[in-house]
Amino acid sequence: MDDLYRELIIDRYKNPHYRGTLNPHDIAFEDDNPLCGDHIRIELRVDAEERVSEIAFDGHGCAISQASADLLAEQVIGKTLEEVRALTKQDVLDMLGIELGPVRLKCALLSLKVLKAGVYGLGEASDDLVE
Amino acid sequence: MPVNKLVTALDMDRVRGDFPILERQVRPGIPLVYLDSTATAQKPRQVIQAMDDFYCQTNANIHRGIHVLAEESTAAYESARQRVANFIGSPSARQVIFTRNTTESINLVALTWGRANLKAGDVVILTEMEHHSNLVPWQMLASELGLRLEFIPVTPDGLLDMQAYRNLLQLAPRLVSFTHMSNVLGTINPAQEIIRLAHQAGALAVVDAAQSVPHLPVSVQELDADFLAFSAHKMCGPTGIGVLYGRKELLEAMPPFMGGGDMIKRVHLRSFAPNDLPHKFEAGTPAIAEAIGLGAAVDYLCALGMPAIAEHEQAIIAYALDRLEEVPGVRVFGPQAKEKGAVASFTFEGVHPHDVAQILDRDGIAVRAGHHCAMPLHEKFNIPATTRASFYLYNTPQDVDRLVEGLYKVKEMFG
Repeated sequence: MDDLYRELIIDRYKNPHYRGTLNPHDIAFEDDNPLCGDHIRIELRVDAEERVSEIAFDGHGCAISQASADLLAEQVIGKTLEEVRALTKQDVLDMLGIELGPVRLKCALLSLKVLKAGVYGLGEASDDLVE
Repeated sequence: MPVNKLVTALDMDRVRGDFPILERQVRPGIPLVYLDSTATAQKPRQVIQAMDDFYCQTNANIHRGIHVLAEESTAAYESARQRVANFIGSPSARQVIFTRNTTESINLVALTWGRANLKAGDVVILTEMEHHSNLVPWQMLASELGLRLEFIPVTPDGLLDMQAYRNLLQLAPRLVSFTHMSNVLGTINPAQEIIRLAHQAGALAVVDAAQSVPHLPVSVQELDADFLAFSAHKMCGPTGIGVLYGRKELLEAMPPFMGGGDMIKRVHLRSFAPNDLPHKFEAGTPAIAEAIGLGAAVDYLCALGMPAIAEHEQAIIAYALDRLEEVPGVRVFGPQAKEKGAVASFTFEGVHPHDVAQILDRDGIAVRAGHHCAMPLHEKFNIPATTRASFYLYNTPQDVDRLVEGLYKVKEMFG
């Protein structure tokens, strides 16, 4: 089984490294996965070179959604906003190292959707961001 | 403690033998434990066969043809309507409108009776435990017409607060629309009492019977319902067909719903005259095979007997609640077994419902995780989502035992 619930995911779900809030922050965005009620808010600080210097996420939801947010936060630190905009669904899947059906995919990709909507400065997050 | 057999009103070997899907292995060596009947029920061979026979032997469009197939097809479609009418105690088959599902039935009432009879400031009473199909149509109509929506609160035990309802009735509502049985809490609401009080206050009553008609004996005349809506697919019938029952004088006075063939008596270039009941509300070619499948589902349920089915489910849910209680971290929502249908929605401390459902799925146990199309109810209880196990006539105590074993695995994994 337990590809889907590999130790990394359960561990980061229970003991996230990046859960919290950043005040003040430069970018913030939040969204829900209405299918299962997952919720993610991401806050970023960006330095003079447009690199992510600090990041925090908050929210609630399943192990996949929350662990994915935590792992994504780790990946994003030090990246330029340009690099963040270029992140794809495949990057998240590689990071999680699991295979997901269409329903759980939405859980896994919620944090990327929130992150990219925030970085693009969009009013609303769209699934197109994580195609 | 696990039990091997509950004394129930049904012959379980025979019943389970009627459902081909229950023989399926979800993955090699892992049989299916289907605990998601509240979402949609499985179909017995008798229903599948009736639809198959129709397509192999009879298929033709109804109501217009002269040839044998068209006549047989029309007779089969209308006979299904008559059987549905008998099943719910409707005084006439003409008061049974075929729709797509419960949702369409409720939308039909909102968009025809509602638009013709309600105006700005009118009060419509719903409950806090509605699923979206008995909530959103009224929200849409409220914003169109300027209606005022009020909600009967749900108590912490998962029951309707009847005193609060009596107080709301002082607002002189025009309509009360409520679920007969909650799809999340399982609560069986006192429909007869709700309707009696609504009528006393001068309001009409719409019953969302999506969960009650499949599981309990329901009579529209005993309830004195003005409208009652349900879907075939939750009662062993096919998807794509549902029913709206209405009181005759109401249906006759209502404008038509959709325009098209079959709903007209005469058509001129610039005008039409609507058809008589029930055809007035059935524009276009309907779901013929599905209506026949629904008729077969009614026959199937009647042969077993609705009281026997209700008794069986009562035994299963009582057993399920007892067993769920022993799993540490599990909290079941809703009233005690005797006040509810066979639905157990629960949270598992520290584990999201999606994770619970996914781990159970590995063992072939199909449950639902999420808000079950009742987001406001989850808000009320301040939980984002629940895991829901729901039971039907084909579920056994062994299914409950498998569920509980699965939950212990979840506990072990997330421990």
